[in-house]
Formats: sequence, structure tokens, C-alpha cells
Amino acid sequence: MGDFDANTRFEHLLRLADTNLILGHRMSEWIGKSPILEEELALTNIGLDLIGQARALYEHAVAVSGEQSNRDADDLVFLRDAPEYKNLLLVERENGDFAHTMVRQLFYSAFAVPVWEALTRSVDTEVAGIAGRAEKESLYHLRHASEWILRMGDGTEESHRRAQEAVNALWMYTGEMFDMDDVETAALEAGHGVDLTEVHEEWENTVREVLTTATLDYPEDCWMLKGGRTGKHTEHLGHLLSDMQFLQRAYPGQKW
Amino acid sequence: MVATPIQSRADELLERAKAVLDQVCDPEIPVLTIRDIGILRDVRMDKDGTIEVVITPTYSGCPAMGMIAIEVELALAKAGIDAHRVSLRHSPPWTTDWISDDAREKLRAYGIAPPNKGSNSKRALFSNEVIACPKCGSGDTEKISEFGSTACKAHYRCLSCREPFDYFKCI
Repeated sequence: MGDFDANTRFEHLLRLADTNLILGHRMSEWIGKSPILEEELALTNIGLDLIGQARALYEHAVAVSGEQSNRDADDLVFLRDAPEYKNLLLVERENGDFAHTMVRQLFYSAFAVPVWEALTRSVDTEVAGIAGRAEKESLYHLRHASEWILRMGDGTEESHRRAQEAVNALWMYTGEMFDMDDVETAALEAGHGVDLTEVHEEWENTVREVLTTATLDYPEDCWMLKGGRTGKHTEHLGHLLSDMQFLQRAYPGQKW
Repeated sequence: MVATPIQSRADELLERAKAVLDQVCDPEIPVLTIRDIGILRDVRMDKDGTIEVVITPTYSGCPAMGMIAIEVELALAKAGIDAHRVSLRHSPPWTTDWISDDAREKLRAYGIAPPNKGSNSKRALFSNEVIACPKCGSGDTEKISEFGSTACKAHYRCLSCREPFDYFKCI
């Protein structure tokens, strides 16, 4: 192991970028239907941050990793089918109700903060730079999600029930985040990656603190679904892509 | 060493490019130049005489970055400096700590509360910063929303003079 060639490097950057892009797109689906005006601004701003982080990573991946088929960042986003996407399963889940969206955000941001923090020490200085800014943005998202979980969990009977249901429903998609497979291991050994077992510990502490403060139950260990990072996705991703990619599929090469 | 005429012409061009770029304003916050805000990182000249302008993005998703690159190119072209190139640099990452004191005062006068200094102490999950009202200076303000009208702002309200205002998010 430890062979960190151009393909593996590209794959590693793509995983990071795809996860941010897909969650960013999910956030954009709230436009026009958020519960209150302030949340409309918040959800779209979070989406903007995530898509911006993804864009920087795609452009960097294309620039340094010898993209084989000459695709640029837009091609990667608009012309790949689901099996070529390497995002985490958690972020492709449909938005559901507001509690679902916020719990998903808590689970992801609590993961993203330590991941970006570790990547600020990447030997790839461009990634370290992107990570430095993304870490602070993710902290902001984490705080926002945490405050909502607190309000909902420790709010009314209805909001508590919905928040707990979201926690229970999304839990099986969290295990995949910490899986050190060959690509993650090779990246870590080459100084480009993150020790996800260390991240797991910090994630558990953060999530446990927020859920407990919000009077919600921290779920027990259960079977975890995996596959996103290797292109095995749930049905939800295909529907998302058909929406996001419609314009380029129907009118190839069309520009704004 | 005595500068050759060619060298001094090159120096003069570089100085002129810098002076032009010092006038380029942020499209979202027109009271600040891109140098004030820390977006303009470097202006230099290549061996072949091309002016290279290095800019750094503020917030990852800031939609103004494309516009800023266009305004940089436009300003140089208007000044007759055709050989130029704009490049984007992510490292080191931009932080609100790079906004100069002078620029902070301009922001405040414009009605936007400037970002607090010390952008790295934000680990507390449920903390609340004290933000002074840019209109009356009162510290008795409340947060309406973590997110505001642009990627870089949060939304506040002053409880003394009752004015709502933008706060430049600290990152």
C-alpha cells in the first residue's frame, strides 16, 4: 500500500469535492421553501460555501492530477453519472423535513471541521489553503446546525420527536465517513490525507455533546451502510443529478 | 548598479499597474478597495513583461470573485496595460484579520460592523460575540441571523437605536 499516484490523488480530491458539491446542491433545493426568511438566507449561504469549496477542489484536481480525459471542473460536475460520483451517502439523502436537514448538517459539519483542520497540514499547500478557509466556514455551519438541534430537541414534543427521528434515520449513513480504505490510507501516508480514526473520536464527542444538550438520545451502535466513496450510491443521487445536470445534458456545451 | 532604460521602463509600468489596481473597489462593498480588504495579494512582472495580478478568494463561495477578476482586467486594459494575467491563489487562506484598520473604519462609516479581530478563537459552539452597532456605537445588539445578504455578512439589530445592520463575519 501507500502508492499515491496521480490517479489516487485525483480520486482523493474528487471524494472531498463531490461530498461538498452534493450537500451544497441539497441546500439549494431549500430555496423558496425554507421555514423562515433568515433560514432561507442561511441554507443558501451554507450551500454557497460548500459549492465554493468543491469548485476550488475540482479546479485543483484537474490542474495537478493529470485528469485523463481532459475534463474541466464543469465537465466533472455536469457530465458524470452516479457511479462516477464519490460523495458520502449521508449527503445525498433527500432533505426531508427541516429537522432532517439540520441533523444531516450537524453530522456532516462535525466531520468536516476536523477533516479540514487536518488538511491544513497537507503537503499540498493549495489544499492546505482551501482547507484553512473551509475549516472556519464549517465551524460556522456546525454552530448554526447545533443551535437548531438544541432548539428542536429541547423545544416542543413535536420538534423533539422529529429531531430524534432524523437522528435515528440518518445514523446508519455516518459510519462510512471514518472508513480508512486504500485511497484514504495512501493519501494519509503520502501526507495528503487525514487519519479518519482520529476524526471519528472528535466527531463522536461533538455529536454526543450537542445531542445530549438537546435532550436527544445518542443512538446505539448499528449496522452501517457504505459505498459512496467507491461509487455505490442510493437511489437519491440519480434523482439529484437528473435535476442538477439537466441543462448540460439537454443542451450540451451551453454557456450562461 | 545603474538601471538601464529598459529596466526603468519596466519598473515604471509595474508602478503604474499597482497604482491602477489600488483604485479597484470590491463590487459588493464599494467603499473598500480590493487591497483594503486583502484580496489583492501580489502584483509583479514576468520575464516577458506580463503583469501578473494574484488575488485570493475571501469566502469559498463568494460570487463576487469572478466579477473582481473582470474588474482587475478592465482597469488594467483601460490604463493601456494589455499584457496582464490574473491568477487565483488559495494559500495562505484569506482571513478577516487582513482587513486593515483604516478599512475597518471605512466599513463602520458605511454602516457595516467590522469583523472582530482574532479569527482563530471560534471553537466554542454556543458562544455569542459582542458586536457594536455601527450607527450609535452601542454594544447592546442582538443577532437576527448568522447569515445575511452576502456570503461575508451576518444580520444584527441594535437594541439602543433600533437600527438593523450587517456584521462582516469573522473568519
